[in-house]
Amino acid sequence: MAKPPGPGETGNDRPENRAENDIRDDELERRRRQLEATLATRRQAERDGEKSTGSSGVTGYGQALKLSSEFIAGIAVGVGIGWIIDRTAGTSPWGLIVFLLLGFGAGVLNVLRSAGMVTEAGVRSADKQSDGPEKK
Amino acid sequence: MANDPIHQFQISKLIPIEIGGLDFSFTNSAAFMVATVVAAGAFLFLTTSSRGLVPSRMQSVSEMSYEFVASMLRDAAGSQGMRFFPMVFSLFMFVLVANLIGLFPYFFTVTSHLIVTFALALLVIGTVIVYGFMKHGFGFLKLFVPQGVPGILVPLVVLIEVISFLSRPISLSVRLFANMLAGHITLKVFAGFVTSLSAFGAVGVVGSILPLFMTVAITGLEVLVAFLQAYVFAVLTCMYLNDALHPGH
Repeated sequence: MAKPPGPGETGNDRPENRAENDIRDDELERRRRQLEATLATRRQAERDGEKSTGSSGVTGYGQALKLSSEFIAGIAVGVGIGWIIDRTAGTSPWGLIVFLLLGFGAGVLNVLRSAGMVTEAGVRSADKQSDGPEKK
Repeated sequence: MANDPIHQFQISKLIPIEIGGLDFSFTNSAAFMVATVVAAGAFLFLTTSSRGLVPSRMQSVSEMSYEFVASMLRDAAGSQGMRFFPMVFSLFMFVLVANLIGLFPYFFTVTSHLIVTFALALLVIGTVIVYGFMKHGFGFLKLFVPQGVPGILVPLVVLIEVISFLSRPISLSVRLFANMLAGHITLKVFAGFVTSLSAFGAVGVVGSILPLFMTVAITGLEVLVAFLQAYVFAVLTCMYLNDALHPGH
């Protein structure tokens, strides 16, 4: 027990035993490879599962708040600009109409951007390596 | 009053001050802002004053917060972004401590007022704009012109990008404000159920166990939200600062 056990310490000096050990090693090797393969697939599945279940519960609530605030902010700013233009230029409904639609576009862009489906404004700096989730 | 879930957000003047017809009163909101700054500053100062090479438990907490914000900023804006570290760290600590202080019963939550979070967001966006123009001049405007857009679409896309940029401080502030407001109202409503249910005698007292349990659970959730929102605020600050450092190129 105290000694570090060598490989197959239980009397591998006898030839028939050694052959058996070889077979067992092969078997072990095969099983280990099998285990590794299943583990790899399971880990992958877990990672995928994490990704999909990440949008439920607390984080889902956070995500909802985040995306809705992005969307509403876009529209609000569009309406604000349109309203100010109408006030100053006296083009009564048109500024509001045009900038409401533009704000809608900006809101959708904000949402897509914060969901990581569109590249960020401008191109990311060179010291940032490949932006994974973007450009899906 | 006890069951009014909005009452906790009321601003009351502690020391009325009026200068030139403008109201500069020292309110409970201001008092808790001061408390936030004092708490955060005192915590960081006291825990790091021993300067142990092997940090004590509290010292490692402040070192962790430093490392946390530093790595966040470095990831988002590169090593150049580290010049904004004091600002990002102050913002993060202010929002975090204000959120956490607000969780104590009878305490005022500074970040549950839109104007406070909007001022913080304006500070961030103002820094981005001023620094962007200072460093890149009019090259900063390239931020609004994405590459590879057909010529006809450029004006439309630029308009949308500008609106999208202007909406950032709004979404940044509204997110923090809405999270804190909603969380505190939910907490208060569930806590109110406990008192109003227990007014119905024995059955009500038994029934009030459920909302009491919910209150405890939501308090735990609110601690998480307090941290998460401070984190989100800081991350978005870093991302916007990155735009100021490297617009378009």
